[in-house]
Amino acid sequence: MRSSYLPIALAVAILAVLPLGTSSNTTLNFLSFALIVALAAQGWNILGGYGGQFSFGHAAFFGTGAYGMALLQVRFGINPWLALPLATLLGAAVGAAIGALSFRARLRGSYFALVTLAFAEVFRILANAWGFTGGAAGVLVPLRIEAANMQFADRATFYWLVLACVAAGLVLTQAMARARFGAWLVAVRENEEAARALGVDSLAVKLRAITLSSGITALAGGLYAQKFLYLDAGIAYGSWISVEALLAPIIGGLGTVFGPLVGALVLLGLGEATKIALGHALGGAVPGVDLVVFGVLLILCVAFAPRGLLGLGADVRRLLRRPV
Amino acid sequence: MSALLQVRGVTMRFGGLVAVDDAALDVAPGTITGLIGPNGAGKTTLFTVIAGFQTANAGTVHFAGEDVTALPAHTRALRGIARTFQIVQPFAGLTVRENIAVGAFLRHPSRGEAMARATAVGEAVGLGPLLDRPAGALTVAGRKRLEMARALATEPRLLLLDEVLAGLNPSEIRDMLPVVRRIRDDGVTILMVEHVMQAVMSLCDTVHVIAQGRMIAHGTPAEIARDPKVVEAYLGHGAARRLAGGADA
Repeated sequence: MRSSYLPIALAVAILAVLPLGTSSNTTLNFLSFALIVALAAQGWNILGGYGGQFSFGHAAFFGTGAYGMALLQVRFGINPWLALPLATLLGAAVGAAIGALSFRARLRGSYFALVTLAFAEVFRILANAWGFTGGAAGVLVPLRIEAANMQFADRATFYWLVLACVAAGLVLTQAMARARFGAWLVAVRENEEAARALGVDSLAVKLRAITLSSGITALAGGLYAQKFLYLDAGIAYGSWISVEALLAPIIGGLGTVFGPLVGALVLLGLGEATKIALGHALGGAVPGVDLVVFGVLLILCVAFAPRGLLGLGADVRRLLRRPV
Repeated sequence: MSALLQVRGVTMRFGGLVAVDDAALDVAPGTITGLIGPNGAGKTTLFTVIAGFQTANAGTVHFAGEDVTALPAHTRALRGIARTFQIVQPFAGLTVRENIAVGAFLRHPSRGEAMARATAVGEAVGLGPLLDRPAGALTVAGRKRLEMARALATEPRLLLLDEVLAGLNPSEIRDMLPVVRRIRDDGVTILMVEHVMQAVMSLCDTVHVIAQGRMIAHGTPAEIARDPKVVEAYLGHGAARRLAGGADA
């Protein structure tokens, strides 16, 4: 039973030594960003992958976490180490509220997806208009490099902080998948009627899932705010993060522990590599080319690896093991 | 003897259609009770009302002496009412064992216990060799057994079986009858909707007959088979007299 946590320890160890191999700030920034997206995707995967409730609006939680983190510091002078868990709770509360509204109304499938998308857009427009959130000018977290202020001189330190959160996300996902709650969540995904017949309170299960899911994604948002120290509505509540949070698990493997992490690294890695390669070849940046890569990856995945890269890997291993 | 399940005055309307009209039935503890009737008589509708999947327009359902009329399906499962579905509803992406474990988790929150319980229940209904297969790969007979196993894993006091024999061939039905009987012998009361008369005759202690939404008869299987109202419900108006006339001639 303990051995099921071994792959997690291994993966985290490998990711932890990566910064030792590079001193490039660009690389460290990219790795931190990729892990933040992975964390947001881990949140999405709880609700979407395990629970089968596809949200198109996880930006609502990411943005709430990000704005929560920034505004608690800027407007209320709260220490970031306290602001981060508060922002996480705030995001979880928003998730619980949106979940209560949409699941009580029995929204499923594309209707649920559209409602979450609408919520995220409303939040984006409000954040863009409201003075408290800095309006269209956004909000700037003052630069004050101190460990007590969660701002570090060495970029690797922040990377390790993000990695610790991703590791916690992996452990949490694994523990959930093996617990009764995980079994019930998957049962609700597979067949809600049958689950109810077996004593599963499907509404309560979905509400717990969206609360947990939005909390994790809000944590990613909070880390994002602290990493880049600047936010506006288009960044925090923009549809980019909704898309990446759902693409990463789909490409990596829906409803698996490692799916979001693998998906985020592959997705962003290929996007970045294409950007750099095309930039060199054409002598200038090609804006939006990473989105083209995302689209192509999604199509390839849906066509050839519907269970994601992890599912594809398992299939290939089985083929190789089979005696000819 | 007080009934384990007591249904009184249940009426269920869908728009202008009265699917179940003022239905009443009792299920005595420790028995296998049958609910039969022609197609469209309202059997499955009555079942969904008893299990809590639909709220009746009128009437009450008492279980073990308590009024459960207003309780949702999952709470009724916790009280001890389990149901199977006429159209089987496996969790297709999970293995057979995991399917059964979802039911077992209701009374065994720890994974180890739930899995052990699922294995035991799976073996009891004859799914032993198939426990690690994906549920989607089972045959119709296997899926019917899985429906029963999952419901049994919730450790119910009352098991509602909705046509678990439908779609099975005669030899599969023969294999299934002792399974149902053993469940009763283990102390689970059974209410079954069934079309396979051979099974109803051999399994049931009491049979209720519903036709066009109304309960028209109840009694032992032998009494029911002779009841002219029942014969007419199945074969049409006047059939009982013609059959009786034919026997005289």
